[in-house]
Amino acid sequence: MIELREITKRFGDVLANDRVNLAVAPGTIHAIVGENGAGKSTAMRIAYGFYGADAGEILVEGQVRRFESPHDAIKLGIGMVHQHFMLVEPMTVAENIVLGIEPGSAVALDLKTAEARIRALSDELGLAIDPARRVEDLSVGQRQRVELLKALYREARLLILDEPTAVLSPQATAEMFAILRRMREQGKTIVIVTHKLSEVLDISDEVTVMRDGRVVGHRRTAETSAAELARLMVGRDVLLRVVKPEAKPKAPVLAVRGLSLTLPDGEKRLDDVSFEVRAGEIVGIAGIEGNGQTELIEALAGLVDVGAVSGAIELQGKDVSALSARGRRARGVSHVPEDRHRRGLLLDFDLMENSILGADDRPPVAVGPRRFWLNLDAIRRKTEKILEEFDVRPPDPRLPARSLSGGNQQKLILGREVDQQPKLLLVAQPTRGVDIGGIEFIHHRLVELRDGGCALLLVSSELEEVTALADRLLVMRQGRIVGAVDPGRTSMEEIGLLMTGGSAAA
Amino acid sequence: MNIILILLASAVRQATPLLLAALGGLYSERSGVINIALEGLMLAGAFTAASVTHYSGSPWIGLAAGIGAGVLVALVHGVACIRFKADQVVSGTAINILFLGVPALLSGALFESTGATPQLPQGQLMPLAPIVLAFVLVPVTWYVLNRTPFGLRLRAVGENPEAADTAGVNVARVRFAAVMLSGALAAIGGAYLSIGQSSLFARNMTAGRGFIALAALIFGKWRPVQTMLACLLFGFAEALSIQMQGVSQIPVQFIQIVPYVLTIVVLAGFIGHSRAPRALGVPYQEKR
Amino acid sequence: MKLLRELLFPLAAVVAAFAVGAIVVLAVGDNPITTYALLIGSAFTWPDGIGYTLFYATPLIFTGLAVAVAFRCGLLNIGAEGQLYAAAFMTAWVGILCAGWPAWLLLPLCFLTALVAGGFWGAVPGVLKARFGAHEVITTIMMNFIAVALASYFTQYHYKPQGDPILETVPIGAGAHIARLGRFVPGFPERIPLNLAFPLALLACLLVYLFLWRTRWGYEIRATGANPAAAQYGGIATGKQIVLAMSISGALAGLVAVNEVLGYRYRYYDSFSAGYGFTGIAVALLGRNHPAGVILAALLFGALLRGGLFVDIFTEHVSKDLVMVLQGIIILFVASEALFRGLSRRRGKGV
Repeated sequence: MIELREITKRFGDVLANDRVNLAVAPGTIHAIVGENGAGKSTAMRIAYGFYGADAGEILVEGQVRRFESPHDAIKLGIGMVHQHFMLVEPMTVAENIVLGIEPGSAVALDLKTAEARIRALSDELGLAIDPARRVEDLSVGQRQRVELLKALYREARLLILDEPTAVLSPQATAEMFAILRRMREQGKTIVIVTHKLSEVLDISDEVTVMRDGRVVGHRRTAETSAAELARLMVGRDVLLRVVKPEAKPKAPVLAVRGLSLTLPDGEKRLDDVSFEVRAGEIVGIAGIEGNGQTELIEALAGLVDVGAVSGAIELQGKDVSALSARGRRARGVSHVPEDRHRRGLLLDFDLMENSILGADDRPPVAVGPRRFWLNLDAIRRKTEKILEEFDVRPPDPRLPARSLSGGNQQKLILGREVDQQPKLLLVAQPTRGVDIGGIEFIHHRLVELRDGGCALLLVSSELEEVTALADRLLVMRQGRIVGAVDPGRTSMEEIGLLMTGGSAAA
Repeated sequence: MNIILILLASAVRQATPLLLAALGGLYSERSGVINIALEGLMLAGAFTAASVTHYSGSPWIGLAAGIGAGVLVALVHGVACIRFKADQVVSGTAINILFLGVPALLSGALFESTGATPQLPQGQLMPLAPIVLAFVLVPVTWYVLNRTPFGLRLRAVGENPEAADTAGVNVARVRFAAVMLSGALAAIGGAYLSIGQSSLFARNMTAGRGFIALAALIFGKWRPVQTMLACLLFGFAEALSIQMQGVSQIPVQFIQIVPYVLTIVVLAGFIGHSRAPRALGVPYQEKR
Repeated sequence: MKLLRELLFPLAAVVAAFAVGAIVVLAVGDNPITTYALLIGSAFTWPDGIGYTLFYATPLIFTGLAVAVAFRCGLLNIGAEGQLYAAAFMTAWVGILCAGWPAWLLLPLCFLTALVAGGFWGAVPGVLKARFGAHEVITTIMMNFIAVALASYFTQYHYKPQGDPILETVPIGAGAHIARLGRFVPGFPERIPLNLAFPLALLACLLVYLFLWRTRWGYEIRATGANPAAAQYGGIATGKQIVLAMSISGALAGLVAVNEVLGYRYRYYDSFSAGYGFTGIAVALLGRNHPAGVILAALLFGALLRGGLFVDIFTEHVSKDLVMVLQGIIILFVASEALFRGLSRRRGKGV
């Protein structure tokens, strides 16, 4: 039905798709799996005409096609349901669906006809969507079905669903799958982009595995297993071995009990999380991104609205759940954020002003009554020390943070957080976008910190990294801790299965 | 009873320029472009209408010219904000400042005056048409927003431009159309001041009405009918202050500040939740 | 090198604006060259040209600083006009109420009043934004109107001298008067209203610079403006910074009262402001939100204000409104300058 040949796409320095070859047979449900950043979404966006490929071609039903925009793809019967819904909330379902292809004339929008047709489509597939309702009143599962209807309304014969069950409860997922099966019976072709292996095995006929921008395998679902898929998805050449002396943990520094985070719309991002981190150990959190790790770190750092969090957070025995971010920093918590551009740096400020972020209210940086004045000399010395100790290049304190490479920015952030001599260091995605040399360096410093008596909580979606560094490993899925393993004695496959929800027996 | 009728008539007259400008602002802001320049646009319309009417002898030609001026100035704002992603408030403020000066400059050249245009004879005025237009436009605007494809796209672009973009809507084009429309309507509002309500253009004759119109728009939660009610309320306050000059105990200034205090109260959320179009004020960066 | 680039863009904007202005002058029927010569020339004669230029530049420095400080926190303070009116009236009020007090008491009191009144008028929109998310652009514009109206009311009904047709208050106490610079500078007549508020403005620039770049609060304000998410991450209470920045902004705008009320008219004079609050926006933008830039930009606009008066009188067709027009064009160009930045950066990357 559709085929991608040698598709290549670059975004700046990143090679998102590297000569991708993919063929989807008509009338099947085809799954594309891979970890975050594997290139699955990019490939599908190219198939949909949202991006243009740098090289390669797309064939639809045997004919080479050029897509200038999604319009062209839609005309050929290709529809896409995005991971992040493209819906206008105050408008009704019908209005959202007809946006761009409005029926009627320029002076009279014919919503009645549209609504009738939508209702018919909805009934046919058992979607139970009322076209006159406002999107903002719909649940997440219902909104997704609206997205589905959008594609069906445009007479899509091939539907691409990007992480369709990412935001669905198991119940809603089962309903969605029933719908997909009905669509397949109608002769439609479906492509699901996902990282959930259990679902792949449940619903798909064929599966393509992608990793690091390349296709690494293609199987008929009936002929493969979760274990094999997990291995293809996650296994890679071992890049580095971290030489790590045995950990000597002491007293607990961080104790989390029953931590839950509920968003205003009722969604639970953290569900009854409990664990401990002791001084002198690294506790790693593994899991596919988006399963609550971000929220966990932000809740611990004090960056989440206090009202949304329930449960206890204790620092060296004292409850800090009501303490502000600044208060927690004062108690010895430091934080390397996962999004360094958004959270971690003031890009247009120089390195000196960045090195005091988070520590600007303490001597030697701030002096005088009420810590009013900044001691510029002390700041410069502190910056130079950090630049030197953490090998930040170029080591010029006056440069704007923007001018540093990703790896050097990360080293700067780590350096400044470590310079605070924290008792607890929260680290998220420490080596994202960092070159090999930088990765090694950062890993070493983290272990060093641990041996100096600090307690570290490390979140990383790079399974390799977190298993190499952690002394104890917790696996998170859907906001819960689903497993606690010894990283030295557990296979990647087992961990991968915990992460993705597949069971070992498949 | 007589006084009430006089007040009501006066309120309607005072509300008309506000309503026209506010409706113009409505189109622009519902599409996501803040239009602080309503004041300057009104001035542009007022000045052009008065001048051209003087030269042509016909208020209709004057009105047309005024509309043209409004569209042109709005285009400048649009290009700066939509194409060049300039800060919408700064750009709007620039236009306001410009139109404190341009009419006066031109009037000095054309009419040897310090800002006013020559007085127009009774026969060359249009006191009624803009009033009718303003109030007719209220249901028309409601209809356009909710029952036409253009209105649908406009609302989508103002709430979630990315969704509109993925649906194939040209976000920039819709916003340009909305901004030019706002220029046209605000200009009519201004024209009413110079060739409808009075008989000439005087320096800064809008006296902040563009901002009050904006306040009415916010007070009216960016919806046509509520905006009209807000304009009537503010128009009534204005009418009251005119009637009471030198007559009553309450100082005129206290009545004058009613619209402004109300707006602040609304913005602080004390009167219901005023939800602006979600993408208001955010320049849209095309993704592809 | 970077300094050169920083200066280049505003300069380009000004030059471009003058070019467009020249076309306008031509369209109006005058000679651009003679007009501009008059405009700029009359601003720098001694003593009147320079004297008045500096006198007009003084309030512009204050409002420019005010808008700049707010910008640094990511806020658009369109309310400098209202803040300076509020401060001016309150300062005059104190000067009237305590008219008999000696200078060493009255002067500091009036000065403090200017700061507090302006600061309060700025703090209100700040709180509305921090607590309720109310957009400061609209709230400050509303506060402008309210301030002018209230000051006008009090003047008209309570503090106007009997039988005086002009809307102004009775004079303030002599103790609150600030000396004209003519008293200290030889050869400089005291009839020119340039007063001690001018050196005060320069001092304010220095203090603002020190505050923003050498103190913790200043750092936290700038961090909040640069990246609120990162500021929050660093433990900064962004809501408090917003209120603080708006208060300081208002207080700075309020210092215009020192120039006007204490140094020039010695009373509150209705509608005394020649749009200082709005011009302050242009000054801040042109001055890149930095105290040094603000001084330069304020001098430019002060010169334009002074020159504009002459152009008004001595040309056939061009009026002082040319200055307003130039101002508006400058702002437009500076605002779109972000585009030129973006263009040059993109071209450099070769994408």
